[in-house]
Amino acid sequence: MSLDKNGIAQRIAQELRDGWYVNLGIGIPTLVANFIPEGLEVEFQSENGILGMGPFPFEGEEDADLINAGKQTITAMKGAAYFDSATSFAMIRGQHVQLTVLGAMEVSQNGDIANWKIPGKMVKGMGGAMDLVASAENIIVAMMHANKAGVSKLLKDCSLPLTGVACVKKVITNLAVMEIKDHKFHLLERAPGVTVEEIIAATEGEMVVPDHVPEMQL
Amino acid sequence: MNKVVKNPQEALQGLQSDMTLMLGGFGLCGIPENSIAEMVKMGVTGLTCISNNAGVDDFGLGLLLQGKQIKKMISSYVGENDEFERQMLSGELEVDLIPQGSLAERCRAGGAGIPAFYTPAGYGTEVAEGKEVREFNGKPHILESALTADFAIVKAWKGDTEGNLIFKATARNFNPMMAMAGKITVAEVEELLPAGSLDPNEIHTPGIFVQRIFQGETFEKRIEQKTVRQK
Repeated sequence: MSLDKNGIAQRIAQELRDGWYVNLGIGIPTLVANFIPEGLEVEFQSENGILGMGPFPFEGEEDADLINAGKQTITAMKGAAYFDSATSFAMIRGQHVQLTVLGAMEVSQNGDIANWKIPGKMVKGMGGAMDLVASAENIIVAMMHANKAGVSKLLKDCSLPLTGVACVKKVITNLAVMEIKDHKFHLLERAPGVTVEEIIAATEGEMVVPDHVPEMQL
Repeated sequence: MNKVVKNPQEALQGLQSDMTLMLGGFGLCGIPENSIAEMVKMGVTGLTCISNNAGVDDFGLGLLLQGKQIKKMISSYVGENDEFERQMLSGELEVDLIPQGSLAERCRAGGAGIPAFYTPAGYGTEVAEGKEVREFNGKPHILESALTADFAIVKAWKGDTEGNLIFKATARNFNPMMAMAGKITVAEVEELLPAGSLDPNEIHTPGIFVQRIFQGETFEKRIEQKTVRQK
C-alpha cells in the first residue's frame, strides 16, 4: 500500500538530525514538523522571516502578524527570532540552513526540479524555491510518485520550466525513497507493501535497483 | 526632524500614474493597507508595483489589480490571487517573476548603493535568460541588478516622529529593504510616538530611510490562512 501525505512526512522526518536548522516548503513538507523523532532538537526556518517556528496557534490566539511562508498562522517557539527577507535569504544562500524539504511537479534523474509554472496554464511563481534549491547542501523533495493523471513525476528530463538544476539529492514519495547520484535515481527503500516492480513501472527516469530493497520502517 | 503627515492623502502627495512603487508585505502580512486604500481612491493607473505578492483577489494589492491600475508587477509569487494569474496568462498584465531572495536583495542593493550582485538563484532557469553568468568557486551565478522606486510604501508596528520604525513578528519581511530603496519612503504605522519613546537599541529601520510617516486610522489585518490546533 502506498503512503499518504502524512506517511511521506513521517519518513522524511527520519532524515532530520539533532541541531539542524530546517526549511520546510508548502504542502507535504509542512507536515514533517508533526513527526520529529523523540529527543531530537531541530529548528524550523520559514523564509518569510522566522527562526524557531512553532505549531499552529490555539483557536482565538492566532496573530495576523505571525505567519509562515504558506501564509498560515503559526506560533513562535521559545528562543525564536524574527528578521527581514534579505537576512532570511542570507541564511539560505549562505548555507546556514542544513536541510530544505520542498514539493515538486517534476524531478529529473539529473536532480533538476520543476515546481513553479505550467506554461499557458498555471503560474504560481517560484517564491523562495529558486534561492533554496540553488544554495542548500541537502535538498529532499517530498511528492507523490505520479501526478493526478497517473504520469510519472520522476523523469529522464523535466518538461516544465525548471526551478533549479542538478540540485535534488533525495526524493521521498508515496512509493519509495530514492537518492539521486551519477545522473540516475537509486532506489533505497520501498513503501510498506509496495513492490519493486510497481516502483519501476511508476518511474520514467533511469533507476538503479539493488538486489535487496528494504521496506521503509515507519 | 518632523516627518509626520496627517493621513495617507498627504503621505502620497506627488504619487502619479506610471510611477514605480515598492510595497512591503508578504501575502497580507505587513502590507500598507491604508495607503493601498488611498491609491484606489486616487485612481492612479499604469503603475509598476514591486511587491512579493499581489495580495488576494479582494484585499491588498489585489484591489489595485481589480481596478486595472497596475501595468506591471515585479513579484516572486502569484498564488492565492486568481485575478493576478488571469491577467498574467491573458497578457493584460506584465509580470516579472523573480526569486524571493533575489527580490529582497535587489531592493536592499537599491537602497545600499550596490548596482548589481551575483547570486546562484535561478541559474539554468528562465530567470537567467539574458543575464550575465559568471563562475565563483566553481559554481555558476547570475548577475542581478538593483531595484529602486519613486515611492516605497511600508507598514510598521511602531514609529516615531523621526521616522524610526519597529516591525512586529513576521510582518517585517520586505518592509525594511523597501524603505531603503524609495526616493520617497512612506511609512504607515499602527502607533506613532514622539521622538525618544522608542529605545534606539531596538530600531529596525533608522529614520534616515523614511521621509513621511503617519498613523493608520484602522488596520483590518486580514488573515489569509487561518490555521489552528485543538486545545
